[in-house]
Amino acid sequence: MTDPRFRLSETPIDVAAERPALDHAAAGAYASFEGWVRDHNDGRAVHRLDYQAYAALALAEGEAILEEARARFRVREARCVHRVGSLAIGDLAVWVGVSADHRGAAFDACRWIIDEVKRRVPIWKNEHYADGESGWLHPE
Amino acid sequence: MNVKLLYFASLADRAGRGAETRDSAARTPRELYAEVAAAHGFAFPLERLRVAVNGAFVDVDRPLADGDEIVFLPPVSGG
Repeated sequence: MTDPRFRLSETPIDVAAERPALDHAAAGAYASFEGWVRDHNDGRAVHRLDYQAYAALALAEGEAILEEARARFRVREARCVHRVGSLAIGDLAVWVGVSADHRGAAFDACRWIIDEVKRRVPIWKNEHYADGESGWLHPE
Repeated sequence: MNVKLLYFASLADRAGRGAETRDSAARTPRELYAEVAAAHGFAFPLERLRVAVNGAFVDVDRPLADGDEIVFLPPVSGG
């Protein structure tokens, strides 16, 4: 199997270690997105959260999204790492990195990738609230 | 026919398990969901779920085969 562009990680994402995968002599632009765990959602105080993935399909779907991005935008490389397991407030939950010859394609592809990941990849968030309750998020 | 089901997120909570093997007469994922929804009290209508068989998304009316691994995926919330 070739080096995957999309990965799930049970340990903290090291952005400095991920970014060199985007290096390309023709690239003049790098855009990235970091999704962080915030302390509130929908008016409720959040203490921590868990991410659960259907790993086999999440990896395939994530890889498909990055392949589609490379066909759809004029980019040189695109990568994404998503955390699974238990995360604390402020933790990095997802990282997207894109390199391209010019900034427009880098920004556009980065935005498109994170939107598609959120919409399509089988990963679920279980929020643990300050009042002790918890709940899986299944957006409409 | 024996099929294996995997459950995630609120469906796993409701079923009280992450996986089960069932002896089922269901011919399609649509029929199988009606069976497991009744058994476990799943509230989602099938229209809100995606279905995967053996690790790939499929149509809900695709025929099932003995030994298939089926997953009913509730709306996702990664990112």
